[in-house]
Amino acid sequence: MQSLWDWFRALNDATGINLTILYDSFDRRRFVSGFLMTLRLAAICIVASVLIGIAGAWLQGSRLRLTRSLVHWYIQFFRNTPPLVQIYFFYFGIGSLLTTTSASGSAVPVVSNVMWAIVSLSFFAGAFNVEIFRSGVEAIPKTTIEAAESLGFSRTRTYLFIVLPLAFRISLPALNNNLVNLVKTTTLAYAIAVPEMLYVSSQIWSDALNVPVMMNVLLFSYFLLVGFLVWVMHRWERAIKLPGFGT
Amino acid sequence: MSRRRWNQELPQGTDLPVLMPSATRIARSATVERMSGFFMLRLQPAHGAALLLLFLIGCGVAQAQAEPGHPSILVTIWKWTPLLLGGFLFNLAISAVAMTFGTLAGMFLGFAQISLLPPIRKGAWFTTHFFRNAPWLVLLFYCMFLLPFQVTVFGITVPIPDWIKATLGLALPVMANVSEIVRGAVQSIPTAQWESAASLAFNRRQTMWMIIVPQCIKRMLPPWMNLYAILTMATVLTSIVGVAEMMTLTGRVLSAESRPGLLLAFYSYVLFWFFLYCYPIARWTVRLEAKYAVNH
Repeated sequence: MQSLWDWFRALNDATGINLTILYDSFDRRRFVSGFLMTLRLAAICIVASVLIGIAGAWLQGSRLRLTRSLVHWYIQFFRNTPPLVQIYFFYFGIGSLLTTTSASGSAVPVVSNVMWAIVSLSFFAGAFNVEIFRSGVEAIPKTTIEAAESLGFSRTRTYLFIVLPLAFRISLPALNNNLVNLVKTTTLAYAIAVPEMLYVSSQIWSDALNVPVMMNVLLFSYFLLVGFLVWVMHRWERAIKLPGFGT
Repeated sequence: MSRRRWNQELPQGTDLPVLMPSATRIARSATVERMSGFFMLRLQPAHGAALLLLFLIGCGVAQAQAEPGHPSILVTIWKWTPLLLGGFLFNLAISAVAMTFGTLAGMFLGFAQISLLPPIRKGAWFTTHFFRNAPWLVLLFYCMFLLPFQVTVFGITVPIPDWIKATLGLALPVMANVSEIVRGAVQSIPTAQWESAASLAFNRRQTMWMIIVPQCIKRMLPPWMNLYAILTMATVLTSIVGVAEMMTLTGRVLSAESRPGLLLAFYSYVLFWFFLYCYPIARWTVRLEAKYAVNH
């Protein structure tokens, strides 16, 4: 392993291609932690936003008008404002209100910036997911639900075991579009200093002064990350596609 | 691939009861969104009203916090409006230039993606997906930091201002998305069109230009217009890299005024201008989409 790192050091001496993230153990650890942070942000937000979508679609079918209009306004707010504004709103707007005093007397935020990034990105993507799942749920014929009812399924169990599995298969293509966009949107967490890949790379290039090299590394990393996600999702989409339906 | 074999054994292609129309709707919008790379903007008059309300609340807050000697908040906003609108025109100019170049390059790339020569097809596919998968912010940073601030051609030094670099940074993702729109539209034309053109002795180029492309325009227009609206809103990203567009100017105005409480009023004012510009485009897109959807 060490010889490989040394080879990259020699590469730098010979050609000026300064890959500090490979031969410098500190930069390497930083970049890996940034990459893992991006992965973690993406994974947690994907799971949370899908859960929000499922819950929201369920609430939109509620009999109470108040619940329905609450979900409606939630969607309108998060769908029609830029995600950067939402992140600022959560971090600076709400985050500055939620503080405690530390032992030394200074104000300490209760919720960290990473947490706020997760919360705001999940709500952002979740708003789209609610609409996507709702369209999926609406696509289920009434007769299917009535059949489930006649078999003695309760409303919740009908939703969980009959409607949702079908709706999920219908809405997966739209869901994939949204989740891929979500992974790209995690770069905006840069704006509130979440140490994800873009932020860490900017730290590295300002320390090592290797802007062009790091830029290319960053671009390829995102290409591979998002490309992998797209590939996996599209395979899954093809595998569980409803037979005879869709393009 | 046992699943696929199972598919082919089905007599009618489906063993499900008929799905409701919502299923077709979501499938169609997912296809359009995958082509344009973005969700469809669906702006409504209510959003404008909400923004206006926000603006009025902001004005009220600013008025309440104003000290006695200060001019009214509306007068202050009116005073800065020419400057801010100049910035807004800059936003529009950036979006127009980025869209023009992005579309031109994207058309080439899109047609290269359906070329019969494998190296061209694969290269175009890779380029398209490379720029589609990269986040806009990363591409913007890439162009801002890596392009030189001046170039010397034949002894003449030409400076490259920031906004040109930013425009190029925005044109790259537009190019990739337009390329995908073109490819998706061409591939959505039924193969029967190609076959009947071939039976009438059209060659490939004639088929493309006289039969396929004219039919594609209808399918390309809605996602293309949606992409333009999204791009216009994305031009504020250039404020992060210091281009003097509306958002940057608003920040400067706020620090010049150095009065508390102006934040909400000014930013909602900026948002409102963007809404005014994007709303007709978004409505028109939805209308065109509905109009052309009948032909599917």
